[in-house]
This record gives sequence, structure tokens and C-alpha cells, in this order.
Amino acid sequence: MGKKEAMVSALRKELELRKGEFQNETVETIYFGGGTPSVLSCEEINDIINSVYENYQVSENPEVTLEANPDDLSKNQIIQLFKSPINRLSIGIQSFFEEDLKLMNRAHNAQEAEQCIREATKHFDNISIDLIYGIPEMTNERWIQNIEKALSYDVPHISSYALTVEPKTALASFIQKGIIKPVDDEVAQEHFKILLDKMETAGFKCYEISNFGKPGYFSKNNTAYWQQKKYIGIGPSAHSYDGGRRSWNINNNPKYIKSIENNKLPVEIEVLSKTDKYNEYVMTGLRTIWGVSLTKVQEEFGKQYLKYLLQQADKYLEEQLLFIDDDKLIATKKGRFLADGIAADLFMINL
Amino acid sequence: MKHIRNFCIIAHIDHGKSTLADRLLDFTGAVTDREKKEQLLDSMDLERERGITIKSHAIQMEYTYQSQEYVLNLIDTPGHVDFSYEVSRSIAACEGALLVVDAAQSIQAQTISNLYLALENDLEIIPVLNKVDLPSANPEEVTDDIVDLLGCDTEEVIPASAKTGIGIEEILSAIIERIPPPEGNPDESLQALVFDSVYNPFRGVETYFRVINGEIKKGQKIKFVATDKDYFADEVGTLKLTQEIKQSVKAGDVGYLITGIKDAREVKVGDTITDAAKPTKNAIEGFEDVKPMVFAGIYPVDTDEFEELRSSMEKLQLNDASLVFAPESSAALGFGFRCGFLGMLHMEIIQERLEREFNMTVITTVPNVSYHAFTRKNPDTALIVNNPTDLPDPSSIDRVEEPYIKATIITKSDFVGNVMSLCIEKRGQITNQTYLTTERVELNFDMPLAEIVFDFYDRLKTVSKGYASFDYAPIGMRKSKLVRVDILLNAQPVDALSALIHADNAVTIGKKMCEKLKELIPRQQFDIPIQAAIGAKIISRETTKALRKDVTAKCYGGDISRKRKLLEKQKKGKKRMRQVGNVEVPQEAFMAVLKLND
Ligand SMILES: Nc1nc2c(ncn2[C@@H]2O[C@H](COP(=O)(O)OP(=O)(O)O)[C@@H](O)[C@H]2O)c(=O)[nH]1
Ligand SMILES: [Mg+2]
Repeated sequence: MGKKEAMVSALRKELELRKGEFQNETVETIYFGGGTPSVLSCEEINDIINSVYENYQVSENPEVTLEANPDDLSKNQIIQLFKSPINRLSIGIQSFFEEDLKLMNRAHNAQEAEQCIREATKHFDNISIDLIYGIPEMTNERWIQNIEKALSYDVPHISSYALTVEPKTALASFIQKGIIKPVDDEVAQEHFKILLDKMETAGFKCYEISNFGKPGYFSKNNTAYWQQKKYIGIGPSAHSYDGGRRSWNINNNPKYIKSIENNKLPVEIEVLSKTDKYNEYVMTGLRTIWGVSLTKVQEEFGKQYLKYLLQQADKYLEEQLLFIDDDKLIATKKGRFLADGIAADLFMINL
Repeated sequence: MKHIRNFCIIAHIDHGKSTLADRLLDFTGAVTDREKKEQLLDSMDLERERGITIKSHAIQMEYTYQSQEYVLNLIDTPGHVDFSYEVSRSIAACEGALLVVDAAQSIQAQTISNLYLALENDLEIIPVLNKVDLPSANPEEVTDDIVDLLGCDTEEVIPASAKTGIGIEEILSAIIERIPPPEGNPDESLQALVFDSVYNPFRGVETYFRVINGEIKKGQKIKFVATDKDYFADEVGTLKLTQEIKQSVKAGDVGYLITGIKDAREVKVGDTITDAAKPTKNAIEGFEDVKPMVFAGIYPVDTDEFEELRSSMEKLQLNDASLVFAPESSAALGFGFRCGFLGMLHMEIIQERLEREFNMTVITTVPNVSYHAFTRKNPDTALIVNNPTDLPDPSSIDRVEEPYIKATIITKSDFVGNVMSLCIEKRGQITNQTYLTTERVELNFDMPLAEIVFDFYDRLKTVSKGYASFDYAPIGMRKSKLVRVDILLNAQPVDALSALIHADNAVTIGKKMCEKLKELIPRQQFDIPIQAAIGAKIISRETTKALRKDVTAKCYGGDISRKRKLLEKQKKGKKRMRQVGNVEVPQEAFMAVLKLND
């Protein structure tokens, strides 16, 4: 058995081993993501999906997404995928410009990016593409062209991220050596503003800081993360949440496979305290259009938490970085780009 | 008395003083195996963690030598210049000293300064060549160095290893054979030297003393000469690993005293204890009130905690009499205290103890030394300036004087050039240069104390690749051309960041201060100009740009708990920041000027 086969069978086995965790739940979404799941053949994907159906109760029309890079999505592959239960593609386009793709060290080129979308839109209706902004040397004009290009394909969902330089990457070392200009937050902020305007005009909602969707096309899977829903993550380094505990699998492929083969879940578990849950709710809530529900805070965490939340939020309400709509605390356009710092300030901390 | 020996161990830091003390205690059976732990005498947590001796201690051993029982009192002395007065009093309580020299590192600055102290007090010196077990040891050369320094015979130097136990027995024999027994008259009126005190929360202040003449008895009414206060000796005894209660402690011996004193300031190191009814005519020479050398403001991070800080400081002072403080207020920081410390280490210790033992979060402002300002109106009366903001208006000043020290630096000849440049940059004037050997040089400088406060040690270590040791002693006040450099954050002067700096360096240092603050002050929602100014003139400017983006792009399943933990940490850090005007300034920024060259 090759490595890939071993991995697929471990994934299927893990699904089986963990079915008890979802006994009274219905699976609403299936998501192939993290790393490069498009290395899987359609057959393998089908097998995994079958394992889900064999072991879990699945809703009528689940959202089934595959994350893929343009270089993995040949014409033929797209057709094959369309025949499978996959009904949503999330394509890592990043940019339609050669210079950006080079800088980010991507495997595909601009031409492949376009070709792949053209092909995908012929078959799939529910497509999301990733775009990166705040890239050094990326002018506002180029960013606008990028957005317009994406919109021209009439995709219903775009995920757009500010470039972050992870330590120890090629990009980080180029910046350190002065070969590439460092990432500038001011540029990122301007690009974000442009993005918000453009997407709004095109009929998209920014339902989360980095996610834009047309009505009916918000990612159900990702939304679940921000609404404290339960999820099971299968595979090395995947995270799961059962409403009270978060767990994550070991991040080493051979060890993962070996452990699963021995019927052991290679998992670490963290029990979330009430404060942890409150902090996570505030942190994720401020990123979304659903905000932080005051009623929910009071009901789930108690009066003390609500009082504290409002007291901490006061300053930001005044500065118009937050606003209250109905019973929800929401970040304003200006506040959204500062959401982490604001969330930290609303956090409950036991010192 | 013939069978008592009082001795101390003097050494440069890390040459093995505490370890040697441990070995002596083991060998004489003063410590049972169960009580054994490394560097036994370093009992404060801070001392153990840092591996340095802050407070001095004393311990008594019994040792049979040639069928005769002897009592050996070992007085351990602190190893840091901040506490040199305590060292001098401990030395004064002894007749002999073990001079410990690391066989790999040879003679260093504190070896010499401590040796001089011991010689001034006529102590018999027993040179110990320690760490001979080290592969890098140079026993022959270092022995020669010692012989040169002391003018003794090669045979007098005892090779030893405090680690493996080599030479311990020889050291004990030498203590008995070479150190003279104490002289003194048990029948005279009581005369005892206070060489240390410690605070015990249950028993009050424990005073450590050496009886010179007479005896101190349980129940006796005694007097402290310098403070002129009378007490009853509730309990006296000798100092084994635990205290041993006695009816009396006689001339020549070392012991402890409990009087019910609850405030450490009533017991002054160097003071003389005598009989209240029949006081001695001769107080022991050399008493000084310890003078603080470094001053800084201590403020609560949370303004509501001022009263709590006051009560914590008062409690601290009960067991550390060298801490002085007075309330002050700062436009930037509100109410706090101007505190005087023996030196930078002492300041760090106080700050750390406030945080650890009293759970206070405090800001320490830029430290400074004590200046004398003379106005034109009153050119003969010194105004004492312990806070830069107290400096009178420059136009009214006749002159300013600042404290100077004599610095002793020993280094390898390769680094003489580097060390000189550093000392000259620090406004030092060389007064002497002596080759101890062909490789090792002793340099003396007259230098402003303030320059040592501002990152001198670290840079000395750097420029000499670690091969320089340093010690200093105050030599009085000298006239100096000083200006006050103020720092403005968001156009508001922050008094807690002001510093007095020599006019020639003011611009450079002002610039560096701005750069350092820019590094340390986190971005906020608006641009923050950081300026340095002398009077109305801005000499430097930096800007901390507004925070534009403070949100991670991706926050999916696996990112959530990682992100939460990161933000929680960030929030905890914020707790340690202080709002100055509308700018949040982290605690460490106030000390940043000390580390301008990092
Ligand atoms: N190899 C060796 N190390 C020693 C010896 N004496 C002390 N040390 C080590 O040197 C360091 C400093 O010792 P310490 O007694 O704390 O020095 P102090 O600063 O003079 O009190 C410690 O790590 C000791 O373990 C010795 O004879 N041989
Ligand atoms: Mg020590």
C-alpha cells in the first residue's frame, strides 16, 4: 500500500472510529481542506464521502467543498469532480497577475488561474476563489483589476486575505534581505477598503472579515466555526469541537496513520472553560456580520459577563469602532480591521 | 576566647565563596546531610535564583583540631558593590579572611577591592586558589599572581576545590593556625558591632553582632549607640544553622539578638551595642548611615493602588533599612514614591520583591543619581536634586555637581583599548594603569556615577568579551555641565521620562531615547510623535505610526484556540501598561533609557 492509500484508509478509519461523537447530530457540510486535498483522485474523494454516509447521518443537501489549487484542476478533473458529490469548489487563485504569484511562490501562473476558473464555472455554480491583497508593490490599480477580473467570472463567493509574512518563509527572508519591500499595513488597509466597496457594489456581503458571499452562498462550513457549532476534523493536525472541548490530531503523517491503524485516536484535548468560550465567542463574533449577541452572552455566560462586555465596549462604541444593532455588538467598517485588538480588550482574563 | 576564630570569605563574584562555605559546613559537620543543599547560606529566593549573595549571613562551626575544640564563626559577605558597606562591616567583625581566587580567572576587580578592605581592617589573609579541579585552571600562573598581589610565599596559597573537597582540611588548619584569636576583655563594659540584621515577620528584627569587649546577656538592658535607643535583650544566642539560645555571648564571639524591634531602621549596620546602664566610652569606629546612590520613582501601574503601594513599601522597609522613600507626584504618573537605592541591583531587587511578595504591579521611572544644584542667589547652599524635575530653572543655576566614583577595572591587555574608549565615552578620566602581569591590566578611572547607572556593566562585558571585572567606590561631588532632557509623547511632556545628561551627550542620548521608545511603545489608533527636548528646543523626533491593521486574515477551526490564547497573552501584557495622557506606555519603557545600546 502506498503512502496515499494508507492515508486515505486512515482517514476513513478515523471517520468510523469517531462516529459515536456525532450520534445525535446531522452532518450539514463536508469540507476537504487544509494542505492540498486536490492530490486525491476522484475515486478517493468518493470513498471518503461514502465513509461519511456509512457512519453518520447526513442531511438532504449537504454542502460538500473541495479546496484546490489551479494547477490541480485540469479540465478533466473538474468534470470528474462534478460527477462526484462535491458541489462547491474553493480555488486558490490568489492573484491574476504573474508578478504577485511569483512573489508568493505559487505553483500556478496567471494563465492557468484564468483557464481553471473558466472551466470550473462551466460546471459548478457554487465556486469560491481566494484573493490576496496587501502584497508589496501591488498598486491600488492592480488590486482593483484583480477584483474586477474575479467578478467578471460571476463567482458567488470570494475569500480575500491580507498577505501575512510567516516567519522562516522564502518571502520573509527576501524581505529581511531587502530584496522585497516589507508588507505595509497602510496599503493593506487601503486595499481592504477598496475590496469592501467593490464587493458591496457587486452585491456581495462581507459576512466575515475575509469572506464575501452573494445571498445564499455564504460558506456554511466556515460559518459553523464562528457560530460555535460542532465539527469533527479528520486527518493529521485537524481540529474538532464538540461544544465544550476542542481537540486536535497529531501533526505528523506517519504517526497519525500508525495510531489510527492501532485503533487509537492520536488526539490532544483541551476543555474550554466558560471564560474561554466567552472569549472565543467575542473574538469570532466581532469578525462577522452576526456580531456578539448580548442576549446570548447573558443567557450563556451570565449577567456578570454582559456587564463586563458592555463596560469594556463603551470606549469602542464612542470611537465608532463598534456599534450595537438590535441586540448585537458589531464591528464597524473601520473597527473590523482592528477586530483582534478590540476583542482582546473585551476578553475576560483571570490575572 | 583563645579557641574562637572569626573569619570571612572574600572573593570576586562566582569565584566560589558560597560553595566553599558549604564545604566548610559539611566538613565540620555543622550541617547534617538532610539540611544540605547547594549554596546553603543564600537563603532568599532571589539569591538562589540568581546565584548571588545579597544579604550577608553568619554561621558557627565546631571543629576539633589537634584534640582541641575550636569555635569557628564564618561570616558570609554579599558579593555585589551595591552592598559594599555591609561587606566592610562584616570584614570589621573578623580577624581573618579567606581570599578566594578562581584558578581559571585569576584576580578580578572585586578580589582587589575586597582585599583592600580586609587589609584596612588588619585582617590576616589566607589565599585560597579555588577550582583547581577545572580543566581550564592555571594553578601555577594564578598562584604567582596571588603571590605578587599579597607579597606572600607560594606555600601560603592553598590549592582547593570547593566542588570536589580538595584542600578543605588545609583551609581549616590554616584558619586555626594563622588567624589570631580575638582579643578583647570580657570584663569590660559591653561593646558589640552590628554587622547585619534580618527581619523575621514573627520575631521582629534579628540583629547579628560580634562582641568586642564584655558580654551580652539575656535580659540585659542594652543601648544602640548611633540611634541612642534602649532595649531589653529578650533573647541572645549563637548562629548555628538554626539559632542556638544562650544565656550570654561573650567577648570574641558572634551571635544574634532579639529585642522585639519591629522596624529594621532601628538597627543600623555598623552601630555599636552597649550596656544601657554602663555604656562604653568607645563606640566602634567606621559607622556610617548608608546613603542611597540611585534614585527612581516607583508608581503603581493602577493609580488606585497608591495606598496599597505605600503599605507594601513600608513593610519592605521594615526588613530592608537601606530602602528610603518619600511620596512624590508626577504629572504623567500621578502619585507614587521617590525611592533611594544602594545601586541598580538593589533597585531591581526592590522592584521584584514588590511584585513577588506584595503582588504589586509597578512602574519604575528612569533612575538617576543625587545631584547638587547651586543657584546664583545662593551659590554656597547645595540644593539636593533627587529627581530631574526638581532641577531649578537653568537660567537661575550657578552650577551643578554630580557624584563621582573611582572605578577599578581589571582586564586582559588585549581589551585595554576597548575598555578605555568605553570609559572615555562615559566621561571617565584615567588615573592609573598598572600591569598586574604581562596579560592583565588594572585600570583606574574617575567617573560620574550616573554613567555607571546607564548601561555600563553590560557594555563593559561586551567590549571585553567578558574579560573585564569592575568595582567602584564613591569619591565625592564634582562640577558638571548637565542639562535636562525631557521626553514628549504626543506633544505632552512626560516627567517620568526626564533625565539629567551631560550637555555634550544630550543630543545623541535624546535621539537614542526616542528610537528606543518608538520600539517599545506599541502602535495605537493614532500617530504618536515621540520627541526629546532640552528646554523648549526639540532635539529629536520619531513617530510611532497609527495601528492600521490588527486582525488576522484567517480564523477557521484550528486557528481559533491558538488565536484566543495569543490575544489573551496580549491582553495580559496590556495590564502592565500605563496610560499617560492618551498614550499607553508599557512598564519597561520607563527603564528603556538604561538600555540604549541593546
Ligand atoms: N569546578 C568548580 N566549580 C566551582 C568550584 N567552586 C564553585 N564552583 C562553581 O562556581 C559557581 C559560583 O560559585 P559560588 O559559590 O556561587 O560563587 P560566589 O559568587 O563567590 O558565592 C557555581 O556554579 C559553583 O558551582 C570549584 O572548586 N570547582
Ligand atoms: Mg555567593
